[in-house]
Order: sequence, then structure tokens, then C-alpha cells
Amino acid sequence: MAFDSAVRQQGLLALERTPDSTLIIKLLGKWRLNRDLPSASIVSPELSAAPAPQRIIFDASQLSGWDSGLVSFLEGVSESCRARSIAEDRSGLPAGVRRLMALAEAVPEKQGAKSPEGRRLFFERVGNLTIDYGRAAGEVMAFVGNLSVTAAKFLLRRARFRTVDLLENIQDCGAKAVGIVTLISFLVGVILAFMGAVQLQQFGAAIYVADLVGIGMLREMGAMMTAIIMSGRTGAAFAAQLGTMKVTQETDALTTMGISPLEFLVLPRVIALVLMMPLLCLYSDFMGILGGAFVGVAMLGLSLTSYLRETISALSLTNLFIGLIKATVYGGLIAMAGCLKGFQCGSSSSAVGDAATRAVVSSIVLVVVACGVFAFITNLLGI
Amino acid sequence: MAYGSFVLMRDLNFTVRRGDIFVIMGGSGCGKSTLLRHLIGLKEPAKGEIVYGNLNFTMAGSAEREQLLRRFGILYQGGALWSSMTLAENVGLPLGEFTDLTPSQIREIASLKLAFVGLKGFEDYYPNQISGGMQKRAGLARAIALDPEVLFFDEPSAGLDPISSRLLDDLILELRDSLGATIVVVTHELASIFTIASNSVFLDADTRTMTASGDPKELLAHCTNPTVHRFLTRGAQDKELAGHGEAN
Repeated sequence: MAFDSAVRQQGLLALERTPDSTLIIKLLGKWRLNRDLPSASIVSPELSAAPAPQRIIFDASQLSGWDSGLVSFLEGVSESCRARSIAEDRSGLPAGVRRLMALAEAVPEKQGAKSPEGRRLFFERVGNLTIDYGRAAGEVMAFVGNLSVTAAKFLLRRARFRTVDLLENIQDCGAKAVGIVTLISFLVGVILAFMGAVQLQQFGAAIYVADLVGIGMLREMGAMMTAIIMSGRTGAAFAAQLGTMKVTQETDALTTMGISPLEFLVLPRVIALVLMMPLLCLYSDFMGILGGAFVGVAMLGLSLTSYLRETISALSLTNLFIGLIKATVYGGLIAMAGCLKGFQCGSSSSAVGDAATRAVVSSIVLVVVACGVFAFITNLLGI
Repeated sequence: MAYGSFVLMRDLNFTVRRGDIFVIMGGSGCGKSTLLRHLIGLKEPAKGEIVYGNLNFTMAGSAEREQLLRRFGILYQGGALWSSMTLAENVGLPLGEFTDLTPSQIREIASLKLAFVGLKGFEDYYPNQISGGMQKRAGLARAIALDPEVLFFDEPSAGLDPISSRLLDDLILELRDSLGATIVVVTHELASIFTIASNSVFLDADTRTMTASGDPKELLAHCTNPTVHRFLTRGAQDKELAGHGEAN
């Protein structure tokens, strides 16, 4: 390619070299953001090609339209010119473009304003994470401690919250959850029954599906499924509600009024869920057994009476109470996880979403861990 | 004042006298609201202390703090009304918690306070049913529910049209005169600064400390610090310089 008066045309752009080592950048056609615009880097090879141009001139005579896409391109070109100390002559550009470029360059980039998060050493990252985890653990301790004090206050009838709030929460995590609990529990009963039927039918002992479903629902699945539904439904809602209240400074307004948000906001929620969980669990047990009976009658050819008689003979109050105690504990865990994540929420709307997600994840983890602990204890006690 | 290891402001030292309308001013992001959060105990100073009368607020135990906080009224930036309660319930909550009034008395006082801020008849509205300016006024009604001795305002005029903003300024002056309250305002609205302030402190984001204090009108006349002067004159000099630049 000859350098003398060489014209290279690339779509919206034509580059021309004059003998006095000047680069003319001709802008052609419409430079709009909704078109495929060239990036400033396509000029760079021309700028660094030997012999290096002394100055560049812009020619906009064939430019038919522009918006900030052009300004962005020119800023890129001008930056690479400055880096190579090439003079630029902007007089050929439309006045509006020149003004916008001057505006963009009016305030120099603030030193250190760019995010300091660059590449960090491995050990620094590990150290920072450890410190963060330590702090988070401390926050959990403080929260649980404060909540215990608040609960004690409640038992002494000195806690301050509105009864209306408690009732509203009870309605929200009790009555309003019945629909979804019905559906899920019935299906879990059906699934358990199918699972058992495949094995038990080989021995001609299909009737024992009733035992499997009954004991399975009462001891484990009723509480577990209710807990998982409530983590997704109520735990997330608690985190989102409290998180939003934090963003809008409503919790600050309570604190500075001398009302503890823990008493006023967390306590009614925890009480509501702890009260409602065993009830929902009981209902879920019932629906699960119904699901099992449906499979037993419809698929296995058992009579409803014999299925129910078998169920009743298999179940004991111990099983029922183990399930209900579990549900109560799960309820407390879910409510606390939800409220804690809500209070730890940052101050933006995306932080509220994060808080809700974290609430669900940590309450499900807590529930499963608690379930393991219960399995261990009941095994130890031989019940 | 610091966030973690990031020091936002250092060497702040000022006194607010009883009955003052004290303005904390400064550019965006310089830490005005953070300073306010320190003053009302939502954040602990990294170093130093805050003293009210003869009570050291920073060192005080939680019971003393609670006592003191009860004598404060605070208007937050967005109003921060409790969204699950009606306006009357919002205003009535502190009354219900800290006085022995009966529910009907509380309701009467709540509607009186709402009437003070021009919201008579809105008692049973929920915060999301009224406009931003009205929420702010309702927030003020809640702040004055317990006839506080000290009132804090965080950006009272932010998001308000000039007339509502002016009315709010008048309301602030009125409250000072009628309740005899001491008022601390965080703002960068020049118009309201000159209307209401009897004393002030200027926080400078670049030097990370306070660069001036005193009556803003006097600061305008006498302060030699160029940043403060530019702030108080809306950068009028810059405009002139820029004007000359354009002409050349």
C-alpha cells in the first residue's frame, strides 16, 4: 500500500495519507448508535504505521448524520493520538460534535476513582474471605442473642409490637399457605406410595404401602416439605419485607424512636411462623396419607377401609409428635434466617433480591441440617 | 467518621446551640447524611464523641440513649413512613408506645399533627397512596408527634417542587418558634439554607473535613475559603470565567 495520498475506505470511514505526513480521517454517511459502528481501534494501525503521522485532520463533509456513537469513536481516536503525541485538528468536525467532545474532556479522570478491585493475591483473597466469614458468624451470634432477649421480654409480656401485625403474619403464613401445602403434600404422598409399591408388590405386600406412606409423612416428609415450601414462600418474603424497610429507612425510623426493630418486626414474624408450622405440618401429614390412599385404591386395588385401617395401626403418637416438634423447630429456623438476611440487606433494590435468595438458601440448608440432627437424636433415644 | 477503613471526614468539631437552626451543608457525597446518622446514633463515630447537654451520647448506655432518642424527632430523606400502617397509625405509634393516652386520644393528637403539616383528612391513607411531598410532610408529622426538643431533617427539600420546598422551610421556622425546638438540617439547597439557617457547618469532600462554620449569610460575605464561597454562590465565579473563556 502506498502511503502517498493512499485512500483506504472501510465502510463509514476513509483514511487518507497526504505527503506531509498528515492523516485525514473522512467520515462518511450516517453514524448512528443503532448501526454497526467501527471501533476506534481500527485507526490505530494507521497511527502507528511508519512513518508516523504528525497530525490528523477530520473531514466531515460527507457525514450525513451523527449521534453520541460518533463522539465515542472520536474520543477513542483522540485518546490514541494523545498517547502517541499526534496533533489533531478538529475544525473539520460539526460544531455539535466538538462541543460534546469538549464536554467529555472538561473534567479530567479522577485519580483513584476507578474501582480498586484489581487482581488480588490469592492469600489476600482468602484472608479477606475468612474475615468476612468471621464477621458474618459474629452477626449471627448477635442476632440470635438479641432475639433470645427479645423472646424473654415477650414471655414477660414486655415486648412491644402490634397485635395486628402478629395476626396479619399468622394469616399470611398460615391460612394463605394452605393451598400450596395441599398440592405438594398430596403429590409427595402419591410419590412415596408409588416408590414403595414397586418394591412391596414383588412380595405381594402392597398393603404395607400404607405403613410406608403414613410413617414417612408423619415422621419426616410432612415437616420437611412444609418447611421447604415455607422457606421459599415466607422466608423469602420476610427477607424482602425487612430488606425493603431497611432500604427505605423504616427500620432506622423505628430504632431512633427507641423501638427495637427486633421486637416490632422480627418477633411477630417468628411467633407467627412457629405457631403455624406445626398446624401446616399436621395438615400436610393428612394430605400425604390421602395421596397414598389414592394410589393404593386406584392403582394397587386395595380397599379404602383396609388402607386406612393399616395406616391407623402403623401410626403412633410418637411419630406424630416427632414430626410436629420438627416442624416447630424448622419454623423458628426459617423465620430467623429470613429476618436476619433481611436485616443484613444492603441499601439498593438488587440487594433486596440477594437477601431473599440468601434467605431461601440458608433456611433450606438449616432445615436439612436440623433434620439430620433430629435423626441422630431420635436414633440415640431409640424412638 | 469512617466506613471500614475508608475515612469519610475527620476533625469535625462544632456546637449546636439551643434554639438554633443548624445546617449541615456540602456537596453531594461529602458525608452530610452520614454525619446526621452519627448524630442520631445510627452509626458510631470511628473516633471522638457526641455530647448532648451534659450527656455523652457516644458513651451512654442503651437506657440513657433511648431516653435521649425519645426527645428527638427525625425526618428521613424519603419520609420512611411504615408502609403497612395508615398515616394516623404512623403518627400515633410513638404516642402509643411512650405515653399513657387512650386510643381515641392518640387518634385526635395524630390528626392534629397531620393538620399541622397540611394533611388533615388523610388520616386513613396508606403511605403508598399519597405523593412523595405528602409522605415527607407526614414523616414530619410523625417526627413532631412527641413534641421533640431536637428535630433532625435529612434533605427536607430533596424531590420537592420549589413551592412545597418553600412551605416546608416556613414550617421548619414555625416549628422552631412554636415548639422551641433546636433544629439540625442536612441540605444543599441554597435557597433554604439562606432562609432558615442561623448557624451552619460546611463539609468539604476534597479535604475531608469541615472548612467553615457560622451563619451562612456571614459566610457568604466574609468567608475566604474558595470552596465554601463557590458553594454559596452556586459557582457564580466559575460561570464568569467560563463565560470569558467562551468569548475569547
